[in-house]
Amino acid sequence: MNFKLGFIATMFMVTSMYAQTIEVCKTCPVTTLKDGISAAKPYDTVVVKKGTYKEYNVLVDKPLTLIGENYPVIDGELKGEVITVVSDSVTVDGLFIINVGNSYTEDYAAIRVKRSKHFVIQNLVLEKLFFGIYIEKSSYGKVYHNKIIGDAVEEYNSGNGIQLWYSHYVDIEHNFVEHVRDGIYLEFSDNCIIKNNVSAENLRYGLHFMFSNDDVYQDNTFENNGAGVAVMFSKKIKMVNNTFKENWGTASYGLLLKEINDSEITGNSFKENTIGINIEGSNRITYKNNNFSNNGWAVKVKGACYTNRFIENNFLYNSFDISYNSKVNDNIFDRNYWSNYTGYDLDKDGIGDVPYRPVKLFSYIVNRTPETIILLRSLFIDIIDFSEKVSPVFTPDNLMDNNPQTKRITW
Amino acid sequence: MLKILKYSFFDLMRSRWSYVYFAFYLLLGVVLLFLNNDLSKAVITLMNVIIVLVPLIGTIFGVMYYYNSKEFTELLLAQPLKRSSIFLGQYLGVALSLSMSLILGLGIPFVFYGLFKSNAIWDFSLLLITGSFLTLIFTALAFNIALSNENKIKGFGYAILLWLFLAVIYDGLFLMTLILFEDYPLDKLSLIGTMLNPIDLSRTLILLKLDISALLGYTGAIFKQFFGTSFGLIVSFIMLIVWVVLPVLRIMFKSKRKDF
Amino acid sequence: MVNIENLHKKFGKNEVLKGVDLSIKDGGIFAVLGPNGSGKTTLIKSVLGMVIPDQGTINVQGKNIKKNPNYRHQIDYLPQIANFPSNLKVKELIRMIKDLRKITNEDERLIELFKLQPFLDKKLGNLSGGTKQKVNLVLTFMFDSPLIILDEPTTGLDPISLIRLKELIQVEKAKGKTILITSHIMSFVEEVSDEIVFILEGKIYFKGTISELKTKTNQPDFEHAIASILLENHA
Repeated sequence: MNFKLGFIATMFMVTSMYAQTIEVCKTCPVTTLKDGISAAKPYDTVVVKKGTYKEYNVLVDKPLTLIGENYPVIDGELKGEVITVVSDSVTVDGLFIINVGNSYTEDYAAIRVKRSKHFVIQNLVLEKLFFGIYIEKSSYGKVYHNKIIGDAVEEYNSGNGIQLWYSHYVDIEHNFVEHVRDGIYLEFSDNCIIKNNVSAENLRYGLHFMFSNDDVYQDNTFENNGAGVAVMFSKKIKMVNNTFKENWGTASYGLLLKEINDSEITGNSFKENTIGINIEGSNRITYKNNNFSNNGWAVKVKGACYTNRFIENNFLYNSFDISYNSKVNDNIFDRNYWSNYTGYDLDKDGIGDVPYRPVKLFSYIVNRTPETIILLRSLFIDIIDFSEKVSPVFTPDNLMDNNPQTKRITW
Repeated sequence: MLKILKYSFFDLMRSRWSYVYFAFYLLLGVVLLFLNNDLSKAVITLMNVIIVLVPLIGTIFGVMYYYNSKEFTELLLAQPLKRSSIFLGQYLGVALSLSMSLILGLGIPFVFYGLFKSNAIWDFSLLLITGSFLTLIFTALAFNIALSNENKIKGFGYAILLWLFLAVIYDGLFLMTLILFEDYPLDKLSLIGTMLNPIDLSRTLILLKLDISALLGYTGAIFKQFFGTSFGLIVSFIMLIVWVVLPVLRIMFKSKRKDF
Repeated sequence: MVNIENLHKKFGKNEVLKGVDLSIKDGGIFAVLGPNGSGKTTLIKSVLGMVIPDQGTINVQGKNIKKNPNYRHQIDYLPQIANFPSNLKVKELIRMIKDLRKITNEDERLIELFKLQPFLDKKLGNLSGGTKQKVNLVLTFMFDSPLIILDEPTTGLDPISLIRLKELIQVEKAKGKTILITSHIMSFVEEVSDEIVFILEGKIYFKGTISELKTKTNQPDFEHAIASILLENHA
């Protein structure tokens, strides 16, 4: 990060000595982006004044700063990709790009960065788009403070807001993405940082990882997406201080972990999701200091998940705290606060004297016959849950929190 | 009818049991709010109490009042009054005084807690509304039982059985039916099953508020329409009203044909 | 005043009234007599509309009583067992009944007559049987209706109150009212009633004056006359 900034700063100092500024406007000598770019020498700055520019397939093939003044509109007229960057050290700043072409064979983007390094894409507003910002085999770049507002209706003919493909060391910060397919999508992209973004109302996922390792995402908000975040087939992902909210619907969840190993989930807040975290085949993950509140299922464990540790989390008013679909348990639950805990603490040490069993028999019944959900909170269900709690038959008998906290944990 | 209602109401307002009932709710409200200091938890606990206890108290009180005021009823019957107004008046007297104990008993601590400023007010109002509906329904059912059984012991027995059936056994049978026929599409069946039991109906209404996240996890289209829109709320309320009206009509019908 | 035609009533399998025809004219005191379970109370309750007959018609003052509860404005009824809501005070009960029927000031005179003032602020649950019966009498007589029905009016009364009651009945009779009485106390019946109606096994066995009854049964006094009827029919 520091290295990158330093690099850019050095470049700036080196180049500014002889860099020129080219202005593009309707009344200027240069009236189109394309002309502006071809007129520019490397490390020049192209300033685009306010106005509407109907252009597409704009190719940036030299190190340039392309900057908009008062948000000039670049209208792709639905004809194809709008800006394609193929050179290192390109900055694109302050443009309003609309009407990206839609295609079933090519992934047209509002702006694509291809095989380049040290790019900065910032302060863009994208509307009526197919793909938004598409980073392809490019590294050491920054996608900062962009606003992407799509109008996606169907998954099959819509694109992603910010997509990284074989791109490493990219920072994605302070972006706002809504109404696209996946808000942010990473495929084969390692060592990226995704921070302070808001991804909402997207058709599929707010954030989507595939085969990407050693990434960090933190302080993001994922709200009301088809599903909040899907992390699949990846390793060593750090998920810190994010908010997963109101991801409602069938098979909808705040966070999906599929084949994820050695990761860390800390300080997140899962609120009012149908499923807080859905875990499949994920091992050696530490869940610590997360808040799970008012979810349908706080944590749903499917398939083989081993040596995961749930420590010092708050489970608050979820319809179900934990649901399992097998009788085997190799995960550890310790020192959590469970609002459904009904035990007592006679020695007043803040730890309940009776262990808490977070898995209810009823959650198995609902897994088997989903319609039975309508009997939730019925006295009869409470009775059978209670008898199961007293002598576990269907639920893993070692699945319990031996040190349930009696007060909400703060950190 | 209003006069009868007035007298039954004041009669009950003076009885020890109304105070016990009122005090119980007052205590419950205070304990939940001020000792536990957790509004969400309080609402969940209250819900459990309301859907179990309110029907039980409604039934027992209804039956008890009917049998205890038998002589009073006979006195009224000899007066130039319509039978239906005598029984409706008494019924409403019981049901309203019970509802009032509930609403005041829980309402007072909540008002002091500063409920009007909290966003739990809708959950809480819904609880009180369903509680009142359950009181109306189960008192009416109790009057029906008492009208059909001269024998006090038998009447009490049936009343307890009715409560036990609707509060526990029904759900057990319901669950078994659902599991037994799990290969078939069940969402219609499960919604109809819910409508046919006022306790389940009220529970569903409250689930709509507390557990909407979980309810939306189910795939069925009818479920989705029911829980995902205000459709569920409206249908549930209509059904609750039907559940009040039908037993009340039977009280009127039965009382017209009964000998005293 | 009261016309009953072909009245039938069954309670389950037990046929209590088997075709009662009875006509009671305006004015006078009529005693309805009969052994236990003969259907006296059922008959009275049918007139009051508390029991719904299976068959037959009842007219009170020329109007069919079915579907029209207002005829009960014409009737004062004294129920057999005076059990009132125990939470209420005597005063409140009287006020309530007045509120339900109509305003009257007769109650003050009657309270005075039965010396009920000390009990007005007591709860009905704390009263003795006799006092309750007095309250019962007050409630009955305070409305001044043309038809008065008294079911066992003497129960629990002390001698003085009994005398007062008899006077009261005579006063009402003098006003031209019709009074229907059931009682087990034969001397009381003999003393007050003008005519008796004897019910046996759900039918009117005899209707007429006491002297007619004596002649019919060939007995020197009323009590024996009744006894002979019973013996004859149960032998």
